[in-house]
Amino acid sequence: MDQIQVILIALAKSILIFFGLIMAAAYMTLTERKVLAWMQARIGPNRVGPWGLLQPIADAVKAMFKEDAIPEGADKFVFWLAPVIAVMASMMTFAVIPVGPQVNIFGLPVDLQLADVSVGILVILAVSSLGVYGIVLAGWSSNSKYSYLGSVRSSAQMISYELGMGLSILSVVITVGSLRISDIVQFQATVPLALVQPLAFILYTISAIAENNRPPFDLPEAEQELVQGYMTEYSGLKFAMFYLAEYVNMVTISSVATTLFLGGYHGPIADGVWWFLAKVAALLFGYVWLRATLPRLRYDRLMRLGWQVILPVSLLNVVVTAVVVTMTA
Amino acid sequence: MASSGSVIQDVKDLLSIGKGLSITFRYLFRPKTTFQYPEEKRPDVKRLRWRHKLHRYANGLERCIGCALCAAACPAGAIYVEAAENTEEDRRSPGERYARRYEINLLRCIFCGYCEEACPTQAIVLGQEYELVGDDREQFIYTKERLLVPPSEGHGEAPEGMRSLPYVQEELK
Repeated sequence: MDQIQVILIALAKSILIFFGLIMAAAYMTLTERKVLAWMQARIGPNRVGPWGLLQPIADAVKAMFKEDAIPEGADKFVFWLAPVIAVMASMMTFAVIPVGPQVNIFGLPVDLQLADVSVGILVILAVSSLGVYGIVLAGWSSNSKYSYLGSVRSSAQMISYELGMGLSILSVVITVGSLRISDIVQFQATVPLALVQPLAFILYTISAIAENNRPPFDLPEAEQELVQGYMTEYSGLKFAMFYLAEYVNMVTISSVATTLFLGGYHGPIADGVWWFLAKVAALLFGYVWLRATLPRLRYDRLMRLGWQVILPVSLLNVVVTAVVVTMTA
Repeated sequence: MASSGSVIQDVKDLLSIGKGLSITFRYLFRPKTTFQYPEEKRPDVKRLRWRHKLHRYANGLERCIGCALCAAACPAGAIYVEAAENTEEDRRSPGERYARRYEINLLRCIFCGYCEEACPTQAIVLGQEYELVGDDREQFIYTKERLLVPPSEGHGEAPEGMRSLPYVQEELK
């Protein structure tokens, strides 16, 4: 019966993560609109429900009713597949994130983490790289020049910044000495890694925002330049899937940053899921805050930042970390 | 990035990001300028340029003399004027002419106010009503009846009905 228990628990966690991420991403769209508005001396949506709380539902329903147009000459299967890949990649990363300390449910000790893989960090890096496929396939299968250009730019941007991300995470791994995520969280029981590796934290954050195609790194999606970039030809539910994938990615990246740098679910006095949620919420606020404040980076400057600044600095950080860790071991 | 200017400049640039962030953060706590239309409406300003009105004199006579200067001035060609002679039994305006048909197509109108500027008698004036909704295009051709103000709302003293200018009358003598 133990195996059935394990399967059931894993299933329950999967379902919770799935729906939780969808709801979080959906309400993140509303949060973004409200916070952006408040920062611009206006109120965001407030008509659809109290404080606009039903707005995401209205948006979802509207998306479902829209005509699902497919461009002539588009590769139908790939066109359909691309948003699926995008959403999948953004959600799967969350499988290795510990949301809280071990709890007891009906006498069973349950880890609030779907899969505590011994190489959890690699899972994060590998799965988030899969997201690029969604974008590449979207732009190519749309059979449209704007989409193609947008997807080329977008995917080039994403793979450029993955190096920065990877090296920042590598610094953390060297410091902790393990690829297992729960070890990394355990390491931060007393002090968050952001204080031990501040440079890695900053570099990770910048790289992750660029990876996510969020402002100020959102030129590939800038309406003025490329209509909607790789998403141009998408409408209705498929478009909503891309949009959702972007916001789920926001949540996931914030969760990864919280887990690796901010101490995960550890708090100054007590641990708890709500500490984790609070930290993720703070990072998500940061996302919106940056969007409200910063102008967009021009594409070549964006690439230059990734290759000529972030890569060397994070490489240097790795080297220094390795030296320090080896000498103090 | 590191090649364009000194490191100090780069550090300054980074700090300026922080300054920008502080500004947007402060704005979170500032009062918002949104009006919850339709429950709240913006206060009326005296010289709002919205739906036209054809004015009258205090004694009830229409100010419009059918000269069609407004139609000539209109950049959008939204005004149509047909003039007719005043007769003694049926006197609409002081003077010789009045506008038998006066129509403004509010869909063409750009609410610039040139007609108001062109009018010699201050007949056509842009008023304050802006909630102008309709179901189909015909509803937006505002005819004279819709545009005229009621007789009780006339203002100003009507000039004496003149058939012609004084110096011409002199010549005719």
